[in-house]
Amino acid sequence: MKLQVSNLNAWYGPAHILFDLDLSVGEGEVVALLGRNGAGKSTTFKSLVGLLERRSGSIVYEGRELASRPTHEIARAGLGYVPEDRRIFTELTVEENLEVGRQPARPGAPVWTPEKLYALFPNLAAMRNRPGGRMSGGEQQMLTIARTLMGNPGLVLLDEPSEGLAPKIVEDMATAILAMKREGLSLLISEQNLHFARLISDRAVIIERGRVRFSGTIAELQANPEVKEAYLAV
Amino acid sequence: MDFLVVQFLTGLAGASSLFLVASGLSIIFGVTRIVNFAHGAFYMLGAYIAYTLTERWSGALGFWGGLIAAALAVAAIGALVEIVLLRRIYRAPELFQLLATFGVTLMVQDLSVLIWGPEDLVGRRAPGFRHSVDILGQSVPSYDLLLIALGPLVLGGLWLLFHKTRFGVLVRAATQDRDMVAALGVNQRWLFTGVFALGVFLAALGGALQLPRDAVSHTMDLRIIVEVFVVVVIGGLGSVGGAYLAALLVSELNAFGILVMPTISLVLVFLVMAVVLVVRPHGLFGKPEGPPRAAIGGLIRPWRPLSGAERLGMAALFAAAALLPLVAGSYVLSVGTEILIFALFAASLQLLMSAGGIASFGHAAYFGLGAYGAALGAKSLALPFPAALACGIALGTLGAAIFGWFCVRLSGVYFAMLTLAFAQIAWSVAFQWTSVTGGDNGLLGIWPPAWASSPAVFYWITLALAAAGVAAIRAIVFSPFGYALRAVRDSALRAEAIGIGRRGVQWTAFVIAGGFAALAGALFAFLKGSVFPDNLGIPLSVDGLVMVLLGGVETVSGAVVGALVYRALSVVLMSQTDYSKLVLGLFIVVLVVAFPRGIVGSLQALLPRLRRARASSIGAAALRPAE
Amino acid sequence: MSAPLLSVDHLSKSYGGVKAVQDVSFTLERGELLALIGPNGAGKSTCFNMLNGQVRPDFGRIRIEGRETTGLDPRRVWALGVGRTFQITATFGSMSVRENVQVGLLARHGALARMTGFAGRTLAAEADDLLALVGMRDAAERPSGELAYGDLKRLELAVALTNEPSLLLMDEPTAGMAPADRVELMRLAAEIARARRIGILFTEHDMDVVFEHADRIMVLDRGRIIAEGTPATVRRDPKVRAVYLGEGHLFGSEAAA
Repeated sequence: MKLQVSNLNAWYGPAHILFDLDLSVGEGEVVALLGRNGAGKSTTFKSLVGLLERRSGSIVYEGRELASRPTHEIARAGLGYVPEDRRIFTELTVEENLEVGRQPARPGAPVWTPEKLYALFPNLAAMRNRPGGRMSGGEQQMLTIARTLMGNPGLVLLDEPSEGLAPKIVEDMATAILAMKREGLSLLISEQNLHFARLISDRAVIIERGRVRFSGTIAELQANPEVKEAYLAV
Repeated sequence: MDFLVVQFLTGLAGASSLFLVASGLSIIFGVTRIVNFAHGAFYMLGAYIAYTLTERWSGALGFWGGLIAAALAVAAIGALVEIVLLRRIYRAPELFQLLATFGVTLMVQDLSVLIWGPEDLVGRRAPGFRHSVDILGQSVPSYDLLLIALGPLVLGGLWLLFHKTRFGVLVRAATQDRDMVAALGVNQRWLFTGVFALGVFLAALGGALQLPRDAVSHTMDLRIIVEVFVVVVIGGLGSVGGAYLAALLVSELNAFGILVMPTISLVLVFLVMAVVLVVRPHGLFGKPEGPPRAAIGGLIRPWRPLSGAERLGMAALFAAAALLPLVAGSYVLSVGTEILIFALFAASLQLLMSAGGIASFGHAAYFGLGAYGAALGAKSLALPFPAALACGIALGTLGAAIFGWFCVRLSGVYFAMLTLAFAQIAWSVAFQWTSVTGGDNGLLGIWPPAWASSPAVFYWITLALAAAGVAAIRAIVFSPFGYALRAVRDSALRAEAIGIGRRGVQWTAFVIAGGFAALAGALFAFLKGSVFPDNLGIPLSVDGLVMVLLGGVETVSGAVVGALVYRALSVVLMSQTDYSKLVLGLFIVVLVVAFPRGIVGSLQALLPRLRRARASSIGAAALRPAE
Repeated sequence: MSAPLLSVDHLSKSYGGVKAVQDVSFTLERGELLALIGPNGAGKSTCFNMLNGQVRPDFGRIRIEGRETTGLDPRRVWALGVGRTFQITATFGSMSVRENVQVGLLARHGALARMTGFAGRTLAAEADDLLALVGMRDAAERPSGELAYGDLKRLELAVALTNEPSLLLMDEPTAGMAPADRVELMRLAAEIARARRIGILFTEHDMDVVFEHADRIMVLDRGRIIAEGTPATVRRDPKVRAVYLGEGHLFGSEAAA
């Protein structure tokens, strides 16, 4: 297993949000983390990378326990995090944003250079010197992914990559994610959009109210309308 | 006309050092969110160390090398301070950060006296820049021209650093979103240390560069820090470009202010700052602050008024205090009177800090205005004693009403810096406006009338007024207005949603606190028989903060206990040492890091445990401290 | 027939060219619970903040019982009888539970400028009545800073009721709560609303909460209302299903999988 999370609990201030979460991502696998708004998807990601004050449980990445490590060490271990709200450095140019993400190459993980990333996201190549604050939502989404890839991670946590994007851009995003997968990256992707998730992932985990409700292959999920109805539909 | 040009150049030259120090402060704040009060101290250290090095190393290389080496040495000291002290308080309330760095300032002051002696030192002139240049028939020191060129050079150098190096790019990224930078694998700890060292380097270089212009003295730290606060308030914290423009503006205002209003030139700076704040509350290039950080005392046990038994206890204490003149001589009585005055002063500050959640770093301004108001009332207007006291209260309250109107527009560190700047402006006016205030010589011969002049009677008058004042402040805390004040502190969002306006409530509290501080100041004037500019000085403001902190910032009137202990300690201990600032500075740092709840606060925290341990004992109630 | 409690006409707001809310119109009656749902970024918060007075609309008007409130600031809107709870609880952490409510009551009576008298003793009975209403009477003396999150939410509800509102705006009332407490809190709010004839407009993520308690539901997507009606109607609406499940929302094909 690339990533094995067991018994993860997390709190936002006084509120207990995640309950005994178990999930795993295999080598080169793409896992979709599904659930409605507020189900706990973003909290799961933030808690994995140590951005919440309080968590408990075990996070084993490539055989190394990371649960007690600070955020920057988790990132350096190879866990790349792409936040839902993108968190682009708005005053920095595209090139500078990428520079912040740069880390040394890591054995066993694909190596990214700005040039390779510009090839993956052609839009970015045309605006290397544009400040992040003057980009559209779709362009910012590309940039935040590219910035994380500059750290040469082995696994990327991608939080709601299709949110708020126009259909055409969502299509580009799916293409880019599949390309990342072909490079050998493992991905954990949170999504609300089932259709999008189906296009890109091997397996799905559904959480609701901070607990895992379903875990299986995409085909199994497709064959299970009750689960979809209960946890994803209105 | 020619003269004006020269004056303009002098202003430009002065702007360079100011810019160096202010940009350092801004850069540090941008990343660490700490306003480094010790920045003035590092500026001064830069000058002192540069003096030593340039005296030892000869030649041009020795001189310029000495300046750079001094700045580097101070940067190393700064890094050490960051690692040892600041890393412990990054998550502490702003007040504690400001106080801890002020403690460092105090220590550096005494250490520099210890190392370099109390005399002003005049350093070497800069090799190759000893002469004057003739410009439009007036002579201008060539070193000034060098400084004028240096400002833009440093500005450009910083721009290159921030845009062309990885370190700079990381700093800019961290200024916007520290957590995201960490999530991308950057170790923030060393980034913070690096940024702090860079900021300190700039301050120290600013100090070192003053060597050929000015004597090195151990008052240069506070002088520069106030100007720097004004600069960053005008330019906007976190903006290097803003710091440059504002430094130019302030320096030119100083240079030309002397021509327009020779006696009170600082007033001009004050007016400009006021206009900027009204038009752009976060400075010319500043951005609005993020969500406010946890105020002091966010999670404390709700306050309650004294119970019947506790009131009796207080009455007994009051009676005991009233009996003091029967046993004590006049020296002890005068110390006792002074303690009472400071208890009232500290209690007035506590209303702002504890109930209001806003820390004034210039509360002495209203104490001093009260003192000057009483003195002027007694001397110039020949008012009787009670009317002179009232005159003092009126002047202090008026000052608080005007300054407070600006201050409550800001919050957090901006509020703290602005209150400090206003206090320093009041100090400058008292210092410079000799015809009215007597300047440095102060106003003398302010004695109470014969009936009140004996130490015992004056002690009783002070006791009555101070006790009434503290009781009134407590009553206000528990009145509906006090609840509104706390509501605004706890949650401005919720307060606004139920119709409570933050500014109005805080301004009212500011004025009330100013009024009580002014009463304390007026009494002080009559106790000492004189008034000096020191009565509005920064050290007195900091004394007030320390008293509140020592007593317990999470209590209603722990400051009274804090004032008692602090003044008693200073009388007993400080007189034993020549290095009182070193002791005080260390005391403040230890207090902030290890003992943030203060005396009364710690007793209260102990209380539930005590009470559980002695649940059946009736005596437990009597042990309860007065909160 | 008298004017509806809340009527909103053609409300619109843009941020830097992005249309956050477009042409939103609806009404709300006393005693009615109206839920506003939609995906992230649909414009719920913007809509809410306009009703509350925190954000000024570009276009459109808001009337409360026939009275125009468009463009009034939050303090005025509050004075007209609009209570509000926040997504992240905003209470006075240094005060006891009862004191929190007393501050609200004092504010309603316009008595917060008074500097005499002990505020902790004024209006205590009234405060306790409100606390009893939300089931917090027994916790009146407790420091609010040590309450569990669910209890804080109840307290906030009590504070929001201090001005006897006719309209209550609840922004994600159950966000951050333990799941079991969510339904409980909303049941309480619904009971109070019906008993006191208060209209409630709320945004919510938790579909159980929404479908159990809302009388009507509005679905917002990309700033527009795409569906409105009873829970049953909304549940069947194909456009709503598309937004939530993404079916047919994207490439118009179901080919992949």
